[in-house]
Amino acid sequence: MDSVVSFTILGLFTGAAYAIAASGLVLTYTTTRVFNIAHGALGMVMAFIFWDFSQRQGLPTWLALVLVLGVVAPATGWAIQRFVTRGLGEGPVSVTLVVTVGLLVGCIGLATQVWPPESRTPLPLFNGSGVELSNTYVTAHQLITVLLAGMVALLLYLLLTRTRIGTAMRASVDNPELLKLFGGKPDRVAGLAWAIGTSLAALGGILLTPVVGLSYYDLTLLVINAYAAAMLGRLRSLPLTLVGAMGLGILQSYAVAYLPSDGLLSGIRSAMPALFLFAVIVLMPQAQLRVGQVKGIVSAPLPSRTRQLGADVALVALVALLTAWLPGSSLLLVGMAATYAMVMLSLVLLTGYGGHVSLAQFTFAGIGALVYAKLGEPTLSGLLLSALVAAAVGAVVAIPVLRLTGLYLALSTLAFGLLMDKMIFQAEFAFGTNNSLDAERLTILGTSFSSLGGYVLVMTFFLVLMAFAVLALRRGALGRLLIAMRDSPAACGTLGLDTRWFRVGLFALSAGMAGIAGGLFAGLRGTIGASDFQVLASLPLLLLAVVFGVTSVTGAVLGGTGLMLLPVLQSTNPSLAGLIFGLVGFGAVALGRDPNCLANRLFTLGRALRAQVRTPVRRPSESYQDRPEVTEEVPAHVAS
Amino acid sequence: MSLLEVDDDVVVRFGGVTAVDHASFTAGTGLVTGLIGPNGAGKTTCFNVISGLLRPAKGTVRFHGRDVTSTPVHRRAKRGMGRTFQRLEAFGSLSVRDNVRAAVDINRGLGGLLTPGHRSQAARVDALLDRVGLTHYAAERADAIPTGTARLLELARCLAADPALLLLDEPSSGLNESETEAFGVLLRELAADGRGVLMVEHDMDLVMSVCDTIHALDFGRVIASGAPAEIRGDAAVQRAYLGKADVGQVA
Ligand SMILES: Nc1ncnc2c1ncn2[C@@H]1O[C@H](COP(=O)(O)OP(=O)(O)OP(=O)(O)O)[C@@H](O)[C@H]1O
Ligand SMILES: [Mg+2]
Repeated sequence: MDSVVSFTILGLFTGAAYAIAASGLVLTYTTTRVFNIAHGALGMVMAFIFWDFSQRQGLPTWLALVLVLGVVAPATGWAIQRFVTRGLGEGPVSVTLVVTVGLLVGCIGLATQVWPPESRTPLPLFNGSGVELSNTYVTAHQLITVLLAGMVALLLYLLLTRTRIGTAMRASVDNPELLKLFGGKPDRVAGLAWAIGTSLAALGGILLTPVVGLSYYDLTLLVINAYAAAMLGRLRSLPLTLVGAMGLGILQSYAVAYLPSDGLLSGIRSAMPALFLFAVIVLMPQAQLRVGQVKGIVSAPLPSRTRQLGADVALVALVALLTAWLPGSSLLLVGMAATYAMVMLSLVLLTGYGGHVSLAQFTFAGIGALVYAKLGEPTLSGLLLSALVAAAVGAVVAIPVLRLTGLYLALSTLAFGLLMDKMIFQAEFAFGTNNSLDAERLTILGTSFSSLGGYVLVMTFFLVLMAFAVLALRRGALGRLLIAMRDSPAACGTLGLDTRWFRVGLFALSAGMAGIAGGLFAGLRGTIGASDFQVLASLPLLLLAVVFGVTSVTGAVLGGTGLMLLPVLQSTNPSLAGLIFGLVGFGAVALGRDPNCLANRLFTLGRALRAQVRTPVRRPSESYQDRPEVTEEVPAHVAS
Repeated sequence: MSLLEVDDDVVVRFGGVTAVDHASFTAGTGLVTGLIGPNGAGKTTCFNVISGLLRPAKGTVRFHGRDVTSTPVHRRAKRGMGRTFQRLEAFGSLSVRDNVRAAVDINRGLGGLLTPGHRSQAARVDALLDRVGLTHYAAERADAIPTGTARLLELARCLAADPALLLLDEPSSGLNESETEAFGVLLRELAADGRGVLMVEHDMDLVMSVCDTIHALDFGRVIASGAPAEIRGDAAVQRAYLGKADVGQVA
């Protein structure tokens, strides 16, 4: 009996810290409609700054706390709203997600650069003091956390109900139009919301560090806990968010207390937020189709068939040359690039054409790899089966979110990736903990491609086939519907398309493509492990896909190469590793508003060059699809 | 039994605003029915309830005599409801022709999607474009054509399913005088085909000349229903419009 009480108390304490962080997330989301995936990452950076002020530089704790919560965090939040996320709320969800994922990755890069990995022991507030509460020793830090959560709740309540600007914030929850009637200062309201929200992320992070440690990743993933808690209130209601946070904290505490510490169930503690989240999502009521055309998506032009064929042949020829010349270690890198390019192609389909975002595409690749290795059948049918399993899992992830909008799907993938990381991939029946599951290379029609060079060529061939399939799909009726769905789900619905199942199908297809990439990757490496498919690695993947152009096949191939080069670049400049990672993140923040960034620039350049070479005889038959689709880089309403 | 019945006093609230306030009205087969009212009267909200994009707090929508209040959007469409949008919902990054092709494809269902299109399909797309007079725009990107034209495109798109009921939200705004006239003729033809047309419209000349019946809304309530002549002379309707005209809000 006593133990139940003490574990409840412990749970309440963690829950209180979640509640603080979660209310910040709700505040920023409701006032600006920008879901800040970097919420946890900002909390992480702020916790590092707090540690730096208080322990490294030796400022008094209270002063450090005041400086971080009162100056650094609000200023950062305000600046992010002002210069990064402003105006994103009305644009496509995919752009919002990419930009804030960029922020997340940038924060991790920045933190690892400024505070390189070493052991740090963050001290709890009022270290050493505490009280006995019904046979449980409760530290002063824990008591303060609960008190602060209560205070935050009270202050937010007062702000939202008793002040003019708070009323404006609440108004914008229901109707952004109404907000404009409130003296027309939406920017000030948004800036304040982000300042407060970031402060709350900081406070949540600082309070949690004595428990989870000063870890780049654990604190960053705090956003999942906050999101899970906030979902109980549909990302809107602060009281329900509070309830959700406390419930989550207590559940986690019970998981630690009563579940075995080894085997499958041992992963539940860290997977609890994700499990909690899926449970809440399944119980959520149906969301309505969004009316209002989604503007601001720029697609790359489709290549003509001859040019496409030419590019494919050139790519295969290039790789064939490389296999003849390059040493084994570099060849492995070419194979990696092909893997990444294939996974990015699955994002071209899902994000570029379909407008949906997956934050765990590597997890699906991991499922493909796992099935391929476990099957022990290195043939085409084995590979196909791996892809089918990955696709089926993709559908399983998308189905609970069937009734909700795209934002929830994307966030669920992140939770799902975490779940796989913590519970499945490391389990004995999967990759195991020692990171070595063996996989054989493919045998096609009796020919075994066991040499690295031959295998890399086979992978390139698969990449080209996949690119062919993606472009064929885009040219056909299904592709047309994908674009139609992206441009206006409401119109598709009223024309008779069941947009929900279409989305599930799209999601499954894209997961299946990632699964093929994963299976081929398993053969390439020979031994694979859970660490090859960590969910957080999916984030740079998404960012590079977008930076290089997620609406075109060219972008995927370039992006795959870029992603392969990233760790190479980092290991040759170890002192700048964090900075390089951070640049990818902040680069995506800067470029993420145009989802076909670099590839489109390249196409424009190519057209200009061809125009130079060719005399000004215009081909009158040049098809509509060959013409540049874009005249401005960023649509005005997104830029403003 | 009318083709469409908005019945049992439909109510829709947004926070503190009651956008539709105990409204009931009908639209019949072979008729053009007008739905008029000043800005913010709740006309578009009514359309959202009828087409299934919004669930009302109270009330019933019956279509072909069957209660469809909780039927999903796409199933209502399959049963013969088509609609256009006041705020354009054209597929902006597709060409005008591809917009209509997408609609035809959706209509063929999943089986049709996986088989390549037949010649008759292309002919059908051309016929639809021709019917609304958009043949010349076929190759343009849908977000690059004028608003009035885009509205016609939305009409062509929903005609792909050959719906029994057409819900048109301000279809003539953006059309010039002669285009509006031609559009009026098209509306009569569509009704003569045996369709019901329910139209939200601010152009009173068009409404008065093509509609068989008109329902007038104000603050979400139906303040008058009847033939054009009755509505024109109705004191409540005049008050609703004049009251707003004074503040300069009539579109
Ligand atoms: N999604 C929404 N959230 C909040 N309020 C809304 C929403 N949609 C409509 N309203 C409000 O409901 C009322 C009715 O709006 P509606 O768009 O139905 O009017 P309308 O008759 O179509 O006007 P108009 O002639 O300007 O198109 C308005 O006061 C509007 O502000
Ligand atoms: Mg309207």
